[in-house]
Order: sequence, then C-alpha cells, then structure tokens
Amino acid sequence: MAKQIYFEDVDVGTEVGPLEKNPTTQQLVRYAGASGDFYQIHYDKDFALGNGLPGVILHGALKNAFLGHLMTDFAGEHGWLRKLGVQYRGMDQPGAKVVARGKVSKKYTEGGHHMVDCEIWLENANGEKTTPGSATVILPSRAES
Amino acid sequence: MANKYVTDEARKQIGKVSEPRTYEVERGAIRRFAEAIEDPNPLFNSEHDARKTRFGAMIAPPTFCRSMGAPIPNIRLDMPALRGLDGGSDWEYFVPIRAGDRITVQSRLVDLREAAGRLGPMVFTVVETTYTNQFGEVCVIQRSTGIRY
Repeated sequence: MAKQIYFEDVDVGTEVGPLEKNPTTQQLVRYAGASGDFYQIHYDKDFALGNGLPGVILHGALKNAFLGHLMTDFAGEHGWLRKLGVQYRGMDQPGAKVVARGKVSKKYTEGGHHMVDCEIWLENANGEKTTPGSATVILPSRAES
Repeated sequence: MANKYVTDEARKQIGKVSEPRTYEVERGAIRRFAEAIEDPNPLFNSEHDARKTRFGAMIAPPTFCRSMGAPIPNIRLDMPALRGLDGGSDWEYFVPIRAGDRITVQSRLVDLREAAGRLGPMVFTVVETTYTNQFGEVCVIQRSTGIRY
C-alpha cells in the first residue's frame, strides 16, 4: 500500500496528484464490458463519425473513474472518499493523454471527522480542463494514530 | 418563455421511481472494473492484501456502481429522439461496498428541466440512484445528469 497522508500534512493549495492516463480504444472496449455501457460512440468509429463526432470518445464515466482513482490514491488506505462530483465539459479521445489533478481548497473538522475539500479536474495535452469537479475526503489525523 | 418539451405535464413525472434491482457484487467483477480503469490499488485488486486492511475484504472502486443500473422506465418527453450526452455525476459515499455484498439499486427522477442551447432546446434529466447493501445500509448515492438535445 502507498504511503498514508494525514490531515496535518495538507494545507489549502496542497497539490493532489497528478495522475497521468493514456487511454486507448482497447481500454474503452474493456470499460464498456466492465461497466455495461455499450453506447457505440465509444468504440465504433463509423458510428461516432455518423453522429458528428471527430471519432470515438472517452466515456464520461471513465473520466469520472480516473478522477475517482486520483482521489482514492490521495485518501489512502486509512482515508475515505466521502464525495465526488464531475462535469463533462469537453470531449477526450483515445490516443491522447489526459492528466488528473487537484488541489486542496478547504480543510476543517466536522462531526469529529477531519475533512478536506479539493478542486479536481482532468486536463488534456493542451492543458484544457475537459472534466472539472470537486471531491471531499476524510483523512486520518496523527493526533489519533 | 414557455418550455418547448418540458411542459407542466412532463414535469409531473418527477418523482417517478424504477423497480429495485439487486446485484451480487462478485470479486471478479470488481477486479475487471479496476483493470478496465487501470487502477492497481490493492483494495480493488487483491483479496490477499485487502483482507489485512480495516475493510476486511476487497472493496469496489468509487465508480464501480456504474455497472449496476436500475433504469426508470418510459420517461416521456414529446421531443424527437436526437442526441444524448452524459452531463456528469455527483456521488456520496457512506459505507464501503465489499466483494460478496448484495446491493439493491433504485433510481428516482429528481429533476427535469429545459434550457436554451446553441443548437436549440436542451433537456436535462437528473436521476438519483441509491445503492443499499444487504444490511439495509445506504452505501452510495449517485445523482447523474443526462442531456438530450
């Protein structure tokens, strides 16, 4: 398991990630199978072109999963991802890397839990945020370990 | 201006629920999902490692619930079936979903609204899906926004 981050280790502005992903058409097919989302725009190029798209595009939910991966890595084994929100603003295509990133926007204690809010996003090779979002994690405290 | 598609009549469908569906969460399905999203976290991939953690078992990654659906039948809108887009999701996580759990899934239409888009009217459907385990604990709530235009 990766090294655990504690509530005391983070401040507003602390970076989350980055986590680089290099999705391929094969990954889109595997994701279709694993999730049960077989909408053809994600693996059938002719179908995608016929729908006015530039080619097959990533499932929004796969991008959501990438941001989930970013946050469960950040929370670690002893933390807990409490909330995750994503908005699909731009399309991403296989064959181009995407990078999941974030930064801490708030830290506070609520109901005895040490909470950290983060602004998160997925950006493309041009640095455009195609998938902005937010997340809240509960982190362990050194004072209690 | 009056809505073109989301009429007062159409909005009466808000609150409509799906039939509940129950899924058995298989260890292999969790691992295949983790492999598909290329997340090597041992909690999602290794029973051996996950058993030694406070969870006591392999758990599902945050968006695994996407593989367990309960569609709401026949949301009627008097609009030509053109294009659909996934607008995004908001998730809340309360209790881990472990391999071997039986998860009951139920969806509810919580909003139906219309906005003017670049290509004409856009209709937003907001569906809230609740994932409850065999002990009656709510594990996850997902609110997802679909866009039709």
